Amino acid sequence: MSKDNQILEEFTSKEYEHGWSVNYEADEAPIGLNEDIIRWISAKKEEPQWLLDWRLKAFRSWLEMTEPEWANVRYPKVDFQALRYYSAPKQKNKPKNLNEIDPELLQIYERLGISLNEQKRLQGIAVDAVLDSVSVGTTFKETLSKLGIVFCSFSEAVKEHPELVKKYLGSVVPMTDNYYAALNSAVFSDGSFCYIPSGVRCPMELSTYFRINAANTGQFERTLIVAEDDSYVSYLEGCTAPQRDENQLHAAVVEIYAGKNAEVKYSTVQNWFPGDKEGKGGIYNFVTKRGICAGDYSKISWTQVETGSAVTWKYPSCILKGDHSIGEFYSVAVTNNYQQADTGTKMIHIGKNTKSRIVSKGISAGKSQNSYRGQVQVMKRAANARNFSQCDSLLMGDKCGAHTFPYIDIQNSTAMVEHEATTSKIGEDQLFYCNQRGISTEDAVALIVNGYAKEVLNQLPMEFAVEAQKLLALTLEGSVG
Amino acid sequence: MATAIKTDILNAFLDKIDESNFSSLKEKAQQRLRETGLPGIKDEEYKFTSILRKIEKSIENFSCAAASELSEEDVQESLPQGFSGDYLVINNGKPELNLSKISSQHYKVTLLSEAENQTLGSIAKIEKDPFTALNSASFADGLSISVDKNSKIEQPIFILLFNKANQGEVINSRLLIEIGENAEVSFLENTISLDERAYFANQVVEVKASPNSQTKYAKLQNESRNAITVNNFETDIHRDAVFTSTVISLNGDMVRNNLSLNLLDSGCEGNMYGLYLLNGKTHVDNHTNVDHTKPHAESNELYKGILTDSSRGVFNGKIFVRQDAQKTNAFQQNNNILLSEDATINTKPQLEIWADDVKCSHGCTTGQLDEEALFYLQARGLGRDQARGFLLYAFAGEIMEYISDDSFRQQVIDLVQERLGSQI
Repeated sequence: MSKDNQILEEFTSKEYEHGWSVNYEADEAPIGLNEDIIRWISAKKEEPQWLLDWRLKAFRSWLEMTEPEWANVRYPKVDFQALRYYSAPKQKNKPKNLNEIDPELLQIYERLGISLNEQKRLQGIAVDAVLDSVSVGTTFKETLSKLGIVFCSFSEAVKEHPELVKKYLGSVVPMTDNYYAALNSAVFSDGSFCYIPSGVRCPMELSTYFRINAANTGQFERTLIVAEDDSYVSYLEGCTAPQRDENQLHAAVVEIYAGKNAEVKYSTVQNWFPGDKEGKGGIYNFVTKRGICAGDYSKISWTQVETGSAVTWKYPSCILKGDHSIGEFYSVAVTNNYQQADTGTKMIHIGKNTKSRIVSKGISAGKSQNSYRGQVQVMKRAANARNFSQCDSLLMGDKCGAHTFPYIDIQNSTAMVEHEATTSKIGEDQLFYCNQRGISTEDAVALIVNGYAKEVLNQLPMEFAVEAQKLLALTLEGSVG
Repeated sequence: MATAIKTDILNAFLDKIDESNFSSLKEKAQQRLRETGLPGIKDEEYKFTSILRKIEKSIENFSCAAASELSEEDVQESLPQGFSGDYLVINNGKPELNLSKISSQHYKVTLLSEAENQTLGSIAKIEKDPFTALNSASFADGLSISVDKNSKIEQPIFILLFNKANQGEVINSRLLIEIGENAEVSFLENTISLDERAYFANQVVEVKASPNSQTKYAKLQNESRNAITVNNFETDIHRDAVFTSTVISLNGDMVRNNLSLNLLDSGCEGNMYGLYLLNGKTHVDNHTNVDHTKPHAESNELYKGILTDSSRGVFNGKIFVRQDAQKTNAFQQNNNILLSEDATINTKPQLEIWADDVKCSHGCTTGQLDEEALFYLQARGLGRDQARGFLLYAFAGEIMEYISDDSFRQQVIDLVQERLGSQI
């Protein structure tokens, strides 16, 4: 047992590797939140009147809403008036292409291992880099635009494709959907916009990399992905933040629209700063993600690897409206130290012959709390709906907790819904077996955990899978339960 | 539901409280109710089951129903055929000891009002559920059953509850069962509605299973179509004791079962089995709660449901494993078959685990009969309806097997067969 403790201690003392921050000149909104701030943000971004009105409407409804308290997480209340809602790195001129971007900013991303320099990059991934409130640059824009694909920052999309933004913004996540979605709708600063026209298969992975740098700043980005009929896109999202003592708020909204026969794959590797080992600091990750399979035979697949954030509140969902549409959710959530995660999904079956699959793997270590909260709803007209859910939890150490809250609501007699969940720890016999064969305990744990999470990791695009696997091994280094 | 209505209903209840006995418990319970109020659909635990809305519609008189006329014949008719054991009769919540049969020397039955009992209210705590508090604030009397230690009671004890209310009155029944060390006993329970009028029955049963005791409790719920019932069943299970509950729900307007097993020490075992066969507009809500507090305990749970017409089934199974409860084994399963377009099932199998060295699993399925199994039977000469009846009966049969008394099991089987026959 003493060895276990020692290893556990070693593991908990591990530092967050993306904890550095950079000082750069920033363009910031005054601290606080009121209608004037929203007007300020909107003016700063040179937005049209309709968008400002939309923001203000969201803000007014937000004022009447109360913070949700049903999640299985405990944290001191966020003081929404003490936050800064806009912070952007100052750039002298607006860059026309990547070569004109401030080299200092590029360096931040270089340091994160994300090169915005197209020549240096492996072929195959286009990146939109978002720093605090704004997008710094998007790669491979021209290659993509030849195919008619729009991949740019949200503010650019508002200017260049207002009709698309107006049509789809808020169509999947209405502005009054929930407390944080309403807040995001009021103050969102930037994000990525992606439009795949009819019949186009996006030739490369699209990716957004989020980085919070400034202190006392909330990050509120908004991602909108529209895949028209018969199109395909795979989208990746990654994130990190500096190590700071105070908690920072990240309240994002992701909306996905999939037309007839379209397929969207959305993968996230979330590695926000989780707070130090005393549970001080860290990001509050309150995110609303939802996709709608609007057309028949469409498919939306969410894959997430959640390793960071002090508090996670996140339920990527699918509305299966089109007949024969498919929703998938694959998740690995790892919590350590004082991290708390309340995450899961919602599968809403509306169309006929719709299918959904949920695979959730929770791993808790240290003093963390890890909850799966999911809902499978089969509406009255969703004939022959099929769902399979599996949520497993792995516990390491006797001070952590694993919880499951699955809601299954069925209104159609032809539905087939299955749910199963298990909770276990890494068996002593499993470790012994590995030790016997010359595999050290630490490697054995990594091996077993990777095997445990494999079903989910397999869903990630290759490059991401490698990163996720490393992250997992690193996070759980030596944590023998 | 509007808070105004919630307070109105609560005040209507509180106005009718007679504080002539159990005054300290009643006072505490009232105070608790004033703080928490009664639960509406905004409360997570009562999200799908709005007892208050039903009460608002059907209950006019919030006073406790007085005992109705009840004859020896009524009692004999209600017992299953061939049953020869002891029985205890409760009439609108009031014990009728002169109609009961107590032949065994190994247990004592007393009225709760006869002697002060420290255990009363200590197992079914008023903080646990507002309806437990409501019963604690308003019950007039109840039975205390205490089984001697080291005794084995061969024949099961049948608890018969007769409900009949004028103008939709309220019926509060209360039982306190204490099972001595090393004792072995089995209870059966059936509630009989004497007519079709609406009533609100709010029952609290407290069970203390002392170390190394073995207890079985089988309950049949086959009340009238207008009965609104809440059953709060709270059990403390001590070291190496085994407790098994079986609940068969067939009828009623709205039925809510709050069943809690508190596994207080090592080596204890708690089992919960349930079957709900629903038709018409019946709404049955099973909320079960297993609390593992100490290491090396085990719990098993299996609930099955067949739903047709526009009935609604709710299942919420909570397994709670505390930090000390290492080496816990906890299993839970819920299977449902929906037979009609309008039937609804809401299920939430919930695990809350705070210890790492445990084996916990839960499973939940909702679906229809297996087409291949139907085909198999049809290929062997059974008609489609017959084949369906066959499979449904097999599905439900697993739970009925857990009723150990032959005569009571046969009573349940007959009712289930009749129900399944009318469905296909």
